[in-house]
Amino acid sequence: MSDISCTVDAVWRIEGARVIATLARVTGDLGLAEDLAQEAVADALAQWPASGVPQNPGAWLTAVAKRRAIDGWRRRERLDERYRALAHELDDSVDGADAWQPIDDDVLRLVFTACHPVLSREAQVALTLRVVGGLTTEEIARMFLVPVATIQQRIVRAKKTLGAAKVPFEAPDPAEWKSRLGSVLGVVYLVFTEGYAATSGDTWIRKDLANEALRIGRILAALVPREPEAHALVALMELQASRFGARVSPTGEPILLENQDRTRWDHSQIARGRAALARADALGRGRANYALQAAIAECHATAPSVEGTDWAQIVLLYEALSQLTRNPVVDLNRAVAVSMATGPASALLIVDRIVDEGSLRGSALLPGVRGELLARLGRTEEARSEFVTAASLTANDRQREVILAKIEQL
Amino acid sequence: MKFMLIMRATDDAKLAYENTPFAEIIQKMADYNEALVGAGVLLSGDGLADDLSEAFVVDFAGDAPIVTDGPYGETHELFSGFWIIEVSSTEEAKQWASRAPLGAGSKLEVRRVTDMSDFADFADTEGFKKQQALRVETGKD
Repeated sequence: MSDISCTVDAVWRIEGARVIATLARVTGDLGLAEDLAQEAVADALAQWPASGVPQNPGAWLTAVAKRRAIDGWRRRERLDERYRALAHELDDSVDGADAWQPIDDDVLRLVFTACHPVLSREAQVALTLRVVGGLTTEEIARMFLVPVATIQQRIVRAKKTLGAAKVPFEAPDPAEWKSRLGSVLGVVYLVFTEGYAATSGDTWIRKDLANEALRIGRILAALVPREPEAHALVALMELQASRFGARVSPTGEPILLENQDRTRWDHSQIARGRAALARADALGRGRANYALQAAIAECHATAPSVEGTDWAQIVLLYEALSQLTRNPVVDLNRAVAVSMATGPASALLIVDRIVDEGSLRGSALLPGVRGELLARLGRTEEARSEFVTAASLTANDRQREVILAKIEQL
Repeated sequence: MKFMLIMRATDDAKLAYENTPFAEIIQKMADYNEALVGAGVLLSGDGLADDLSEAFVVDFAGDAPIVTDGPYGETHELFSGFWIIEVSSTEEAKQWASRAPLGAGSKLEVRRVTDMSDFADFADTEGFKKQQALRVETGKD
């Protein structure tokens, strides 16, 4: 990659969200804003090698994008009043380029719009990584192991959908705030979990994805500092990511919690995670979904060993979490905690209930956990059968290797 | 990738600070820190006290360590503070470093902070394991 490309990419990561946010507020159209921003980036690639990187690159890109918008509208034969007025307003503001003061509120609007409920999850993820994260479509494609064209199309469709649904470039009303924020946090966490435990491909951990999610999570926490769940999500991600160094061997094999060398955990990151959870708690509004998950992660992160972990506390936290979320994956995790705190027999009762409900059919996790419990109860043949089922259900090579190893150990 | 931005200030910088209203210096620093936080890249950062009466140097040249008043060398290019940021490339670190609110007489030395992958070859040595254990005990770097 050429020098100027590297520079522009780096500048875009830093400034991109605010440039697009400003343009979207002024034009009222996120899709148009993103198009204009891309053209401004192309101009930067062409002009900066000769002129040098400007002192205030964000202001330069915004000004150039605005000028293109004005020129584009002026060139159209039949301009309606709205565009004429916009062109006039932009023209006035362009000269103040050096005094460009991007507003946090605009980036918040951008985040909410990119995660709007009319968009599919996939579209929300691609659009958020692009306009909030400032990632190139190539980077996004590489992260999700899909062709660049797939991501490009996803983003194009997302912009069209927002246009067709006439989604305004606004932060949600108070009545919708909670559910919309939940949506945003969900998008960020989706990206993280894909990086934390990849569902496909041949690597167990995708650090690049996890780090992007962490960065966007921190950005969000700074935008809505009075939202405990925003801080709690950052806490959860920091605490889970802190184990990355110990979860994979130098040759890429996964290492399970009970076998991890805890000196390889990132203790600075654990401290950051705990501090973020403390910030959430300090807001005094109790613990919701992400805060409870973070508290569980904190129990693990501060334990000296699997045996020395406060499993009783973890069971309590999972009980609270299952009351809140009614999620079979949570119940499954609760079962694992119960098996550590009380024993495999009580845990098996919980797992069998999940099996009866039929909710996790198709997931490798359920037979995997059931196999573990049966093995601990000495029911070896049943355990083997469950592990074989689990291995056949996972799409991740590394996860399959882990399960096959468990069969070997029976 | 993690980078440490190390601030070094010469006497020229000190003079410049004396001629600038303190509130302005603080505000520019606050704005920069806020920008780092707002961009999700700041991991940590702190200033080092100007009052050198609490500073000392430990010299390991001889058989026993010798403690003297510090800092060592002359006061030009005194290490006066640092940030640790997490970014995706060296280029991004360069961009952030260039935006630090520092004036004439100040320099920023930027070094990459090592992580586990830098020590993959040495991970089994006793000394390294002990150092890692110390990190566990103290709970932070």
